Amino acid sequence: MDDLRLTERSVDQTDIKISARNVQVFYGDTHAIKDVDVDIEDKTVTAFIGPSGCGKSTFLRCLNRMNDTIDICRVEGDITIDGEDIYDRRVDPVQLRAKVGMVFQKPNPFPKSIYDNVAYGPKIHGLAKNKAELDEIVERALRRAALWNEAKDRLQTPGTGLSGGQQQRLCIARAVATEPEVLLMDEPCSALDPIATGQVEELIDELKQDYSVVIVTHSMQQAARVSQKTAFFHLGNLVEYGETGKIFTNPEDKRTESYISGRIG
Amino acid sequence: MTDATAPLPAARATGRKSSSILELDARTRRRNAAEARFKTYGIIAICLGLFFLVWLLSAIVRNGVPAFTQTFVTLEMELSAEEVAAAEASVVKTSAYRDMIRAELIEQMELNGIETDMTPEVLGQLLSSGEANQLRTWVLENPSSMTEGATVTLPFLAASRVDGYAKGRVTRESLARDSNLSPAHLDLVDQLEEAGIVERRFNLAFITGSDASDARPEQAGIGVAMLGSFFMMLVVLFLSLPIGVAASIYLEEFAPKNRITDFIEVNISNLAAVPSIVFGILGLAIFIQFIGLPQSAPLVGGLVLTLMTLPTIIISTRASLKAVPPSIRDAALGVGASKMQSVFHHVLPLAMPGILTGTIIGLAQALGETAPLLLIGMVGFIASNYPDGVASGFLDPNSAMPAQIYEWAKRADPAFYERAWGGIIILLGFLLTMNIIAIILRRRFERRW
Amino acid sequence: MPAFWILIIVFAVAAAGYVLGRRRAMVSAGGDIRNLHSLPGFYGTNVALSGLVAALVVLAVWTVAQPVLIERSVANSLPPDSYASTAERSLMMADVRRVANGLDQAVEQGAMTEQASRDIRTEFTDIRTRLGEIGVALGSNVTAATLRAAQRYRAMSATGDLWKTILVLALSLGGTAIALARTNMDFRARPTVERGVLVLLIAAACIAIATTLGILFSLIFNTIEFLRLFPPAEFFFGTTWSPSFTGRGGGSQLGILPLLWGTLYISVVALLVAVPIGLFAAIYLSEYASPTVRSFAKPLLEVLAGIPTIVYGLFALLTVGPLLVDVFGAGGLLGVGWMRGGTAVMTAGLVMGIMLIPFVSSLSDDIINSVPQAMRDGSLGLGATHSETVRQVVLPAALPGIVGAILLAASRAIGETMIVVLGAGAAAALSLNPFEAMTTITAKIVSQLTGDADFTSPEALVAFALAMTLFVITLGLNVLALWIVRRYREQYE
Repeated sequence: MDDLRLTERSVDQTDIKISARNVQVFYGDTHAIKDVDVDIEDKTVTAFIGPSGCGKSTFLRCLNRMNDTIDICRVEGDITIDGEDIYDRRVDPVQLRAKVGMVFQKPNPFPKSIYDNVAYGPKIHGLAKNKAELDEIVERALRRAALWNEAKDRLQTPGTGLSGGQQQRLCIARAVATEPEVLLMDEPCSALDPIATGQVEELIDELKQDYSVVIVTHSMQQAARVSQKTAFFHLGNLVEYGETGKIFTNPEDKRTESYISGRIG
Repeated sequence: MTDATAPLPAARATGRKSSSILELDARTRRRNAAEARFKTYGIIAICLGLFFLVWLLSAIVRNGVPAFTQTFVTLEMELSAEEVAAAEASVVKTSAYRDMIRAELIEQMELNGIETDMTPEVLGQLLSSGEANQLRTWVLENPSSMTEGATVTLPFLAASRVDGYAKGRVTRESLARDSNLSPAHLDLVDQLEEAGIVERRFNLAFITGSDASDARPEQAGIGVAMLGSFFMMLVVLFLSLPIGVAASIYLEEFAPKNRITDFIEVNISNLAAVPSIVFGILGLAIFIQFIGLPQSAPLVGGLVLTLMTLPTIIISTRASLKAVPPSIRDAALGVGASKMQSVFHHVLPLAMPGILTGTIIGLAQALGETAPLLLIGMVGFIASNYPDGVASGFLDPNSAMPAQIYEWAKRADPAFYERAWGGIIILLGFLLTMNIIAIILRRRFERRW
Repeated sequence: MPAFWILIIVFAVAAAGYVLGRRRAMVSAGGDIRNLHSLPGFYGTNVALSGLVAALVVLAVWTVAQPVLIERSVANSLPPDSYASTAERSLMMADVRRVANGLDQAVEQGAMTEQASRDIRTEFTDIRTRLGEIGVALGSNVTAATLRAAQRYRAMSATGDLWKTILVLALSLGGTAIALARTNMDFRARPTVERGVLVLLIAAACIAIATTLGILFSLIFNTIEFLRLFPPAEFFFGTTWSPSFTGRGGGSQLGILPLLWGTLYISVVALLVAVPIGLFAAIYLSEYASPTVRSFAKPLLEVLAGIPTIVYGLFALLTVGPLLVDVFGAGGLLGVGWMRGGTAVMTAGLVMGIMLIPFVSSLSDDIINSVPQAMRDGSLGLGATHSETVRQVVLPAALPGIVGAILLAASRAIGETMIVVLGAGAAAALSLNPFEAMTTITAKIVSQLTGDADFTSPEALVAFALAMTLFVITLGLNVLALWIVRRYREQYE
């Protein structure tokens, strides 16, 4: 068993960031996720698609244990990041979430200034030794999220005063500022207009240079535009997982084909 | 996206190493400790709150329960018609009856072999000063008891100091400078208790009786004040429910969105937070001074409390009306009912359980309110008369339960404190009942749309 | 005719009107309900309301206004040489009322004929003994002026009552008759009735405004009267509170500052107890507690809010006060001797704080719960701990609402009466020692207005000025708090 894990780890480090095996999720009596196996690669954008209620967001929230905040939710199976089981008793979800950042469906900037929004993560994780370093981190994160030019003159104004697209990029900057290794995005564009969506998608494409990005989307076109790998969920099952191009052009499963062609969903 | 093309600073420039999530770093440990501390503060706060509740309730129970028992001196009286006739013929009738009781007490003591060198007057201090009147009233109501040779067993109230001794409130030391009772009396009480003449038992008169003067705490009861509260609550119920419901219906269903409506709403929410004593001032200045309604009357108290409770009732009624989904109104309007009909036939019945719950809670609040009653004169006198009828129940001076409790708390004698606590138990009993009814109503009829 | 009988008649007329109106409508429709514009009940209700509303309004207004007007007129008719001051005049008016009442009773009991009661003269009869015989006790001998005023009072009352009866009954019958005459099958009864009902609903809603006006009137007029009798500067800036007990003015020092200080000091102590406990309890209940803990701890805490303030007052006076003396008094546990009696700022403040805990906690609980879950998720998703999330995201977001809640609690504390009446003491003091007895605005309102105060003396009128101050302070706090809370809610809706 130990040997196996070691070998697995050496493989993971080159290629696979997160690996899920046999994952089951229950909401009270409801079996929301059934038997999901998936390997998520580093420096890749992976898209989860599927009709609403198929469990793609639930599964995403398992990856940084956000489901812990819901009392009735129970997770079974193994999810490892860099070969370490994230549901291990020794794991502090706080540390895990610093490593696996998350961006939510609706932009949710804190009711603080833009600067404080971005500086929040670095502050709580103690990433900066002094103010100058913090300034640097904030600037870098805002640049990374392509928000610096728009925000640099109004860093002390409330984050809630930005437009929807800007708010979502602020949330991305906020997540990036804690220097995670994985970035989870739960339908990040569903509340945005097409122009803002375009900007965020462009950003996602750039982020994959440094991060493993997992994005949940209900838009197949978006998955096709931004992702390299796609997983199709249906009624709590992972139906098909593979190269995005292959899923959209030559799906193996009947259900995937039906969904892609618009017959179900 | 102009800055996307700008040279990107190297990622992870701070050089934080990718650490294992299986090992807690020192910082996380510190943060977790802070987390635990913070959570503990919360638990401490809850515990403090609950501790205060327990402290308060235990103080009430510990101090109030003795008020429901009272020490009685039980005497077997042999009443003859001649004696009674003689007593009725005398100038101070009660004094003759008092002598009869004292003589009987001495006789009983002799029978039980208890010796004392006290004069009957001094010995009589063991008994409540109201006992003569008690005997006279009883005799006049039961003329058949005066047959020759028949004995009747009558319980007489012991003096409040004797009662206090039985309850542990009065000790021999505390009587050293007391003019009413001496330690020697207490020795007698001990002996009489052994003989079964003095005993403590349940005292119904505390619940049903009327208030008594400063010198006779043992006779004071809360019954008259309870009636006063009852009449006040009638006024509050019959005024505040219809007015409150009517006002809520208007504001929730009919009022146009304009300045006037806004003004009324702001008014109501402000009235809900006006100190209750200000309502007392209103009652004093408008109802008593300006309109000339009688002082201390439950009617005035009820009016003042109505004005005070109205905002509460309006706020809760509006919430219940709001909870009825618009689809019900649309359905009624859709079959051709007028707006008024849709409200009175459909919305109001559906909102009724919520409205009643709110009303009961408002009434409970009014029942416990004291401050405004002080200003309209419901304290400072002895509520010793039961109202003669419904009209006098509303108009004659009376007290109310909380006002009676305040009245007792102001009198210096600890015997009255005990009664104040006992009164609180009764008051809380009513409040508890009302709240339980409200909860049952809510549980039974609560509808989830 | 007594108002009670008038009421009965008016209602009987209305009931008859209902039946008649309904029948008339049915008859005009030839007995077929389909020919009617509205349901038959509406025609009946229309007739009943027409007879009822105007008559009742007139009855109510008349009943209230008549004694006031008569009083004023009789008081003005008193010979000016029979009294020296307004206070004396009001005493004389009290006599007038009592004599008039006595004459009423005498006539009622048959001890005097109506004629005799009008013609009786002090020169020939000893009124005091005559009335004494039938059980009406008068304090002093009746002067000729008083008796004449009393007879005038009675005459005016009788006339007024007569006209009231006539007018009310005329309105009742007239309204019913007109409405009946208008009743036929094409009459739009339902809209008419509904308009009437709407007016009633509006009237009910306006009672809130009437109450506020009532409060303002009763406060403002008496306050102005007080400030006429007593120098305002001494009231607002005086540092001594010592009313003389003669009730005749002179020698009274009525400075509000010591009362204001006591009020604020006690409120601050109360808030120092209630805010930390209430706030942390709310945070724990809404953020950490399991549903089970929440479902029993929350209602239990709220029991504290349902307990009447008189209970807290007694608790302060008889339990907390003596306990504090045992700890902080001379020869107490700490041996510091700071406290001389059970009633003190600390006693009242502590107990008031206990009372306010559920107030702060349930308001804060609501406000914390209205912070959107997305905020928490955002923070937790960044790897913040729960307490960091609460302290740095939830609380700042909820801050305006919590400030509003604390302001409301402060206004409660300032207006609270029973706890301070029983627990804070009676002596006004400007001191920093929290273990000293102090008194508050509310406590002094009670003490100045209970008992047989003469309502024209500055000592009694000062209570209205105090209440005015209290009203202004609490109203200001409430308006501010409600405004803050409302703005806070809008932010998240």
